[in-house]
Amino acid sequence: MEYAIEIEELSKKFGDFTAVSNINLNIEKGEIFGLLGPNGAGKTTIIKTLATLLQPTSGFAEVWHHNILKEQDAVRRSIGIVFQDPSVDTELTGRENLDFHARMYGLNREERERRINEVFDLVELNDRAKVFVKFYSGGMQRRLEIARGLMHYPKVLFLDEPTLGLDAQTRRRVWAYVKRLNKEEKVTVVLTTHYMEEADYLCDRVAIIDHGKIIALDKPNNLKNAIGEDIISLRVSDGGNFSDMLSKFEFIKEMKLHDDFLFLSVENGEKMIPRIMHLAHEDGVFVHSVSLRKPTLEDVFLHFTGRTIREQEASAKEQNRMKAKASMRMGGKR
Amino acid sequence: MKLIDFTAIYTIWLREMKRFFRARSRLIGSLAMPLFFLVFLGMGFNAAFKFSDMPPGIDYIAFLAPGIIGMVLLFNSITSGMSVIWDRQFGFLKEIMVTPVSRVSIALGKTLGGMTTALLQGFLILLIAVGIGFKITGVLGLLSSVICMILIATSFVCLGLIFASIINDMQGFHLIVSLFTFPIFILSSALFPLEQLPLWLKYLTYINPLTYGVDGLRYSLIGMAHFSLTLDLFVLVCFCAFMICLSTYFFRSVEVN
Repeated sequence: MEYAIEIEELSKKFGDFTAVSNINLNIEKGEIFGLLGPNGAGKTTIIKTLATLLQPTSGFAEVWHHNILKEQDAVRRSIGIVFQDPSVDTELTGRENLDFHARMYGLNREERERRINEVFDLVELNDRAKVFVKFYSGGMQRRLEIARGLMHYPKVLFLDEPTLGLDAQTRRRVWAYVKRLNKEEKVTVVLTTHYMEEADYLCDRVAIIDHGKIIALDKPNNLKNAIGEDIISLRVSDGGNFSDMLSKFEFIKEMKLHDDFLFLSVENGEKMIPRIMHLAHEDGVFVHSVSLRKPTLEDVFLHFTGRTIREQEASAKEQNRMKAKASMRMGGKR
Repeated sequence: MKLIDFTAIYTIWLREMKRFFRARSRLIGSLAMPLFFLVFLGMGFNAAFKFSDMPPGIDYIAFLAPGIIGMVLLFNSITSGMSVIWDRQFGFLKEIMVTPVSRVSIALGKTLGGMTTALLQGFLILLIAVGIGFKITGVLGLLSSVICMILIATSFVCLGLIFASIINDMQGFHLIVSLFTFPIFILSSALFPLEQLPLWLKYLTYINPLTYGVDGLRYSLIGMAHFSLTLDLFVLVCFCAFMICLSTYFFRSVEVN
């Protein structure tokens, strides 16, 4: 297997604080890979280390077969990056921002012209090219940054929380662009997110990160399947009888009765619903309502850490704020 | 990674130029104070008293004009380091730092950009001074004054860049900058001749690099000098080279979060 990124025993400490702890990870060429975890889990630190903006405390990594410690120049040429916080010059137009980027990467005039039009097409900002970025909406700025990350034909594109702070509609659009550029530009995408549905929808594989460690790594579906079955909940007219009847069947792993509500743990829930409906009909039980709940990555996170990602986030945000304050007092040196 | 990447230096310079020419209000604002100095301070002192040792035909406004040009260069050069702080604040510094361009080239691009903007502002003041009756000795003098201006601007842009490399917030930067600029300005012979000063004060002005800058400008523009132009240029070139090295050294340690 050809790897786009190989990470070996990578660690990064800020003073006493361990942001990333002995991570081993291989990311395949051409995949969309997600680093999923709460804020402060170390996702951004991993990306910045891979992008040569931070030096690892120990361990090493290769990006597109270039050592991040010894071949910074080659690494930088192979990657594009979209940062979590805005990083465009709002006093320039969209086109000027891309032009700046292209010149810094040494593209000649002809290449610049062609490529700028190409990436503007990709994120559908052509009509905004000559407008100052300060007049862009948040979503447009994000798209411009994605376009800029692609300007120099990177092999690997890092997206750090690409849809943070965007509304649901814009988020969908950004997802569509990411899928499209992955397919059309054949670029390997590594993204961080703390949105479960984003990782689920976009990523071929996901690593769940908590406290600087990888706690689970697989395809989203495998992760979800690994932690348990689907839950079918039914509201029925005669719960007691029906549950006795159902207990004979092996395909029901677990059953709970709560007033009129019956909760069944099954595999492949969507296939089991018709069968259960049929059984209810034969038994003369009337079904008022039925719903199916598939485990989400949120459940996966809960399974591995014992808490939900949102609880975790609240406390991490608090910590981050304290850290930021402390570092500002020290003059921002870390 | 090429240490000196001319395309990148030009790119960074080009961006600084675009930003400079788009912020006209800032340009006008930055020229207002030196104009007040030149016109009102100049006329005020001109009318009130005559400095002794002033060669015939040179009044206070003529004496002051090169000093004010020096002041404009000093203030605008040092504050051009702000652009690094702005870039950091608005995230653009990350975009620059992640490109395959050496830190030295980035620092040189920033220096060149700051130098050009300071130079343009110095020139504007010179034009305005000529407009209100300031007489230049000749073309050769104008040429050597431009060399002085470039050296002054470059040196102090580098000083601003050093401050910006070690200070992260704007307030801190402004504080440090004004802490440095005012003594450098006041003790530079920009406002008064050095001849009559008490000895200890004279020595203070002698260790101030801007003294040689203003002296060089004054010799070039009105033919009056405390030192020789050769000494002025020698000191300026040495100081400038030293500052370029120092600023690139400091800029290499810049981290982006």
